[in-house]
Amino acid sequence: MEGDGESVSSSASTALVAADVDARSILVLRGGRSKAMYQFTQQSLPACKPVLTPTSVISTLFLMGIFCIPIGLLSLHASLSVVEIVERYDSECVPHQFRLNKVAYIKDSLIPKNCSRYLKVPKYMKAPIYIYYQLDNYYQNHRRYVKSRSDKQLRYGLQYNDTSSCIPEESNDGLPIVPCGLISWSLFNDTYSFFRGTDELRINRKNIAWKSDRDHKFGKHVFPFNFQNGTLIGGAMLDPNVPLSDQEDLIVWMRTAALPSFRKLYGKIEEDLEANDVISIYFLNNYNTYSFGGRKKLVLSTASWLGGRNNFLGMAYIAIGSCLIVLALVFILLHVKNPRPYGDAMYVSWNWKGIPN
Amino acid sequence: MVKASGKRKQRIKWSKLYTFSCLNPRTTDNDAPNQQLLGQPGFSRVVFCNQPELHKIKPQKYPSNYVSTTKYNFMTFLPRALFEQFRRVANLYFLLGAALSIPKLAPFSPASMITPLVFVVGISMLKEAIEDWSRFLQDMDVNSRKVKVHSRNGSFVEKTWKELSVGDVVKVNKNENFPSDLLLLSSSYEDGVCYVETMNLDGETNLKLKRSLEATLSLDDDVEYTKFQATIHCEDPNPNLYSFVGNLEFNNGTYPLSPTQILLRDSKLRNTEYVYGVVIFSGPDAKAVRNSTRSPSKRSRVERRLDYLIYVLFLLLVMISVVNSIGSALVLKSEAAMWWYLRLQENADSPLNPSKPVTSFFLQFVRSLILYGYLIPISLYVSIEVVKVLQAMLINKDMRMYDELSGKAVEARTSNINEELGQVEMILSDKTGTLTCNQMEFRKCSIEGISYGGEINEVDLAASRRMNVDVERYRISIDGSDSTGESIEMFEYSVAEADAKQAVLGCDHAIENSDIEHRRIPASGKEPNIKGFNFRDDRLMDKMWIHGSNVHDMIMFFRVMALCHTGIPVEDGNSKRLKYEAESPEEVTFLIAAQEFGFKFCQRTQSVMFLQELEPSSGIEVKREYKLLNLLEFNSARKRMSVIVSNEAGEIFLFCKGADNIIFDRLADNGRIYQQATTAHLSNYAEDGLRTMLFAYKKIEVVEYESWNTLFTKAKATVGTEREELLEHASEMIEKYLFLLGAVAVEDKLQKGVPECIDKLAQAGLKIWLLTGDKRETAMNIGFACSLLRHDMKQFHLVLSKEAESSHQLKAVEEDILSQIRNSYQEIVKGNKKDVPSALIVDGKAMEVALRSEISNQFLQLAVMCDSVICCRVSPKQKALIARLVKEYTGKTTLAIGDGANDVGMIQEADIGVGISGMEGMQAVMASDFSLPQFYFLERLLIVHGHWCYKRISKMILYFMYKNVAFGLTLFYNEIYSNFSGDDLYDDWYMVLFNVLLTSLPVIALGVLEQDVSADVCLQFPALYQQGQRNICFSWKRIFGWILNATLSSVAIFTVTIYIFSPAALRQDGKVADLAHIGTIMYTCVIWTVNCQIALIVTHFTWITHVLIWGSILCWYIFLVLYGMLPPEHSQGGFHILIEAIGTAPMYWIVTFLVVVVTLLPYFIFSIIQRSFYPMDDQVIQEIKYGRTDVSNKPMWLREQQNSRKRTQIGFSARVDAKIRHLKERLRRTKK
Repeated sequence: MEGDGESVSSSASTALVAADVDARSILVLRGGRSKAMYQFTQQSLPACKPVLTPTSVISTLFLMGIFCIPIGLLSLHASLSVVEIVERYDSECVPHQFRLNKVAYIKDSLIPKNCSRYLKVPKYMKAPIYIYYQLDNYYQNHRRYVKSRSDKQLRYGLQYNDTSSCIPEESNDGLPIVPCGLISWSLFNDTYSFFRGTDELRINRKNIAWKSDRDHKFGKHVFPFNFQNGTLIGGAMLDPNVPLSDQEDLIVWMRTAALPSFRKLYGKIEEDLEANDVISIYFLNNYNTYSFGGRKKLVLSTASWLGGRNNFLGMAYIAIGSCLIVLALVFILLHVKNPRPYGDAMYVSWNWKGIPN
Repeated sequence: MVKASGKRKQRIKWSKLYTFSCLNPRTTDNDAPNQQLLGQPGFSRVVFCNQPELHKIKPQKYPSNYVSTTKYNFMTFLPRALFEQFRRVANLYFLLGAALSIPKLAPFSPASMITPLVFVVGISMLKEAIEDWSRFLQDMDVNSRKVKVHSRNGSFVEKTWKELSVGDVVKVNKNENFPSDLLLLSSSYEDGVCYVETMNLDGETNLKLKRSLEATLSLDDDVEYTKFQATIHCEDPNPNLYSFVGNLEFNNGTYPLSPTQILLRDSKLRNTEYVYGVVIFSGPDAKAVRNSTRSPSKRSRVERRLDYLIYVLFLLLVMISVVNSIGSALVLKSEAAMWWYLRLQENADSPLNPSKPVTSFFLQFVRSLILYGYLIPISLYVSIEVVKVLQAMLINKDMRMYDELSGKAVEARTSNINEELGQVEMILSDKTGTLTCNQMEFRKCSIEGISYGGEINEVDLAASRRMNVDVERYRISIDGSDSTGESIEMFEYSVAEADAKQAVLGCDHAIENSDIEHRRIPASGKEPNIKGFNFRDDRLMDKMWIHGSNVHDMIMFFRVMALCHTGIPVEDGNSKRLKYEAESPEEVTFLIAAQEFGFKFCQRTQSVMFLQELEPSSGIEVKREYKLLNLLEFNSARKRMSVIVSNEAGEIFLFCKGADNIIFDRLADNGRIYQQATTAHLSNYAEDGLRTMLFAYKKIEVVEYESWNTLFTKAKATVGTEREELLEHASEMIEKYLFLLGAVAVEDKLQKGVPECIDKLAQAGLKIWLLTGDKRETAMNIGFACSLLRHDMKQFHLVLSKEAESSHQLKAVEEDILSQIRNSYQEIVKGNKKDVPSALIVDGKAMEVALRSEISNQFLQLAVMCDSVICCRVSPKQKALIARLVKEYTGKTTLAIGDGANDVGMIQEADIGVGISGMEGMQAVMASDFSLPQFYFLERLLIVHGHWCYKRISKMILYFMYKNVAFGLTLFYNEIYSNFSGDDLYDDWYMVLFNVLLTSLPVIALGVLEQDVSADVCLQFPALYQQGQRNICFSWKRIFGWILNATLSSVAIFTVTIYIFSPAALRQDGKVADLAHIGTIMYTCVIWTVNCQIALIVTHFTWITHVLIWGSILCWYIFLVLYGMLPPEHSQGGFHILIEAIGTAPMYWIVTFLVVVVTLLPYFIFSIIQRSFYPMDDQVIQEIKYGRTDVSNKPMWLREQQNSRKRTQIGFSARVDAKIRHLKERLRRTKK
């Protein structure tokens, strides 16, 4: 169109272009879409231009504060309602003679690893009570560790034979390992059993893994193969007759933790525990955390709607809430004491000389 | 057709009329040795005229006339464009990352590294390709212009320019451009002269005369070329416009050639029906093409600072990478062996090998560099490119910058430097075609000491309006002629009243006077009916002058106007009025004016001029014949022009017009009757920027003439160096004892809106320098017209003194200029305490000396201190040099604006080059970064678009850096918790999407739609523009503030998430969060935080902004759901993650909210404090607008607009201010 304007002689083009502009503006005004386009190109789209006025700032702070504190209280309440028992057993379960050389103890398969502890329930614990094992200073998030797995193999088993990602635990004697990789190789193998008095507390070890993992990620027809057959044995053995999708311990373990200190679900006690109940726990203390100075803990915990015991969330909310309210008050004070008239032209740079300062 | 062209031959031999011009074949000593050079290296070109086929084969094979300004062609595009791309350090870094990702050294999958790189480089290359394509199209346009070329047997056929080859004979018609450098063979005039407009080459508006060799004069018809053959030996192609060495072998003779015979490409044929020429230099060999330089790629100030910012970020990156790899090495060395579950001892090639901590240190370092690459976002460049292209599109589409007359809009030709528009401090402007339309208008005249054509100028009008007094009373007071107490008192009263009003209102929009006498005010606003004639005065128009008192002098005045010129009348189709063509546009206006007054110049033959005169006694028109005896034409040294004519009665008259001082010196004692009055008028006219010229005449007795003519003829016939001296002497003899008739004032018509635009720009704190190839007087006229100059300004002229010039001693010349500079400088330093405005006017020759390296600093020091600088007679090269020196010396952003090829150098050299696209020449536009159809669009381009673009880009970059640093650092903190193993917390796809989808669109919305204040406010408050000049939005303070903010945010995000999610259960069913869950939760927090942060920055929410910001957050959840639905081998940790795991956990949502509040709190508090106690200008205005105080308290709003103007000495308002100051001063004195 510009081209047209050029080629036509000047007087004629003027008329042409003028007509053209008219036509365009008519076109522009017709129909919402082209109007919006016109507004966009002319940068005149209707806009909301909020300004931080003292009133809006103070009320925002205030409202946010008022909103945060109840959430904090609720969270804190939920967290405090959770009863949690943490029992560290890695050092206590080492016999006295091995206390100075725990690694030798754990590596010696001839030494029985049995061990027992007693716990007193401090408060009434309502079922289900979750049993976790907690490992500290254990780097499941180490890059080499995290990558050493084959999701495809877990799902399709031997059909999928590329195990290169499982280095260094991909095959043994030329045969692939199922499940391959460092994670499964180092599967946690301590076991626990619980007695209240003399009754054994039934532990439900089903449904401890995510359902999606069981259904989709770990094959129903994939069975352990050639597992822990090498010279170096990491952790637990797997029953070669149980498909991976039912090996929930493995599934839970394969969900690598983000931090060096983590809990993993072991099972659930589906009976309530009364306050002052004494519970005896029998451990098989197989897992080697002694080499690297890790700690093993057993955790019994109930759960609220917010999950496990975690006061931090509630506290943080309350802190932030009060902080906001204090800020609101400070701003009110500042505003009262030293008000800047809102939209006062005295504060523009070209008037600065006028302000006694 | 063939015959017609022969018949139209014009019968005037200009060469016979002209006396002084360069037409005479010069046989100066200099030419002879040049001829000797032919055949030597550098002078070896041979052209066989009319045998173009000889030039298509070796050895005389010359390039075709195809001219290409493109950077690439189809073959070289890929390698060259790639090379250009990877010259950017950032791209190279990303390429390295991509290369490293292939052998699995990098923490990411190759696809996630390579895809964005390909995208970025692809987009940039696409942009290059599109820009190059448009250049190609423009080339095509030029190359396919048509010209008539001799084919054979005297027939001329139309060919495109590009098909032309050396040796071709072409015929160029009037108003056509020359397709290449031509040797002029003959023209439509019998003596083979032609007029050429070289505005595109040197910016000069006067037409240049070119003249063919006598030998080729006979080649004046198409058929003559059937057998024409000749050979030219000449210099090799070179860029020197003003020299040419060569000779022509024709008809067994050898004739030396000079630049007079050369028609250069890019110049235009004027006032001549047609010329024949032969192509000497074609296409890339043409002098004009050789003179052009490729436009350098420019980078904006913000972008250059961005480079440093990238270095800072790179330093940060290296630092955390070093920390990471040292940590990794230490951990490996001390503890790793104990981590049996990692089995690090195996696989020696792994980057984590405890036995080789040093190797693993380096490998880990490389990996970290890539892992934390998010600190240096590749997508920043993509986003900036995209935003800039969109910004450029908005600039192009702005209807307020659409010129309906030419049908052209503003065009951002490169989008690289949009934001630079917001930081301009210095404008270097060309004059002709930029400030002026190159169109003259007859505005005023003073005959017999009476001024006609309006007396009140706009400044007076504005001043009177501002002071709220009647124009008549105001006039009395400024003239000071009437000193009756009453009127002064009245005036004083109204001044006082106006003062009071101003104090209250603070504006110049006081009640406007309605009863202005219309007769006395020139119709400046209205378009004149007749082009070139903008004059209205009832006393002269419509033949009313015949009722005047002294009709004789009046008639003589009009005769000078109608006879003293070199114009020719042209029939104008249907109109009764004639049109004229002349060497200079001023002459045309005189002829038009004379026609209007009843002295129509209707015909010219070789020696007779015909006038149709109005007989005052009878009131009827009579055709009279004047015999032209001599013509002493105008040149820059003489500054006058005379014709000697005899009328029908045989009386001989000399009519003379010229510059005031020249004419005043040559008046007879009895010819000075009107001198005093005329002088007063002249100064008034000059104040208004009108170009003035005096008219005088004398009657010569026949005897006296005869004796003089013999002398003169003898002088004319002289050959040799003393010829000019003799002629000069002869003309001096006759051009004296003149009788002054009066003066005329012609306006070099300014382009639409120029004074207003300059006024606004000056108020916004911009300095405007005028650089022109025109002579000093013209330049100063325009200086006055644009209010760049005022009479109360102290003017410093930097001129090369005659002695210094003649001495040829470099040392002496330098001394001379240096002392001038020093003196002026001293004076300014002294004067500044008194606040005296100053102006510097520099002549081209003085400039050449002043720009030498030793003096240039002192010169620039002086120039920068002056309120306005006008450089006249500067060559294109000097313009470019000034642009560069100013840019380097002041360090300020410089904008050069021009329209012709002579401005190309300046346009390319300045930080921003702007071309005026309204005119025909395209060179300036081609070289420019922005092209405007009208000068006055510059105001909106800079003050609105520049301001916005600057703010947008700075905000956008800062925010972009914020979001990437905040995101990147969370990855780093994770390393501390994962033993520096180099693991990434987030899924690869999250990382890719972060910059591609989830945070990029709001940034683009910010970069395109954000407006701190509306366009109107930008224009109303020029002070806002200074935010860009002071670069307050992209200062290091701000940059580091944002880095700090990002660090705080990342710490908050990471710690809060980590502390809350570990190690207790996530949900009611006791399940705990694993790496994938925590990664996703943290990522959610990051997405929320960065998107809410941008919502805090944006001040202008359109629905698009809303959709993009909140849509991005929504997008993340949609992505999570979709990603979770993919088969697990693709989605891995993300499988069913939102639906099954975190989405159903209340904790997830509560934590997200907490994190967002915590992370945004520091910035929120900071911005409240900043706004409450240290508000910025735009913020206060936002508040005023928000509270609608601008409507409720209009006086305040207007007062602030007034106050926000920068105190300046240039511009219309400043001039009105000065006038009022001056008046008040006088009033006070009268009172005493």
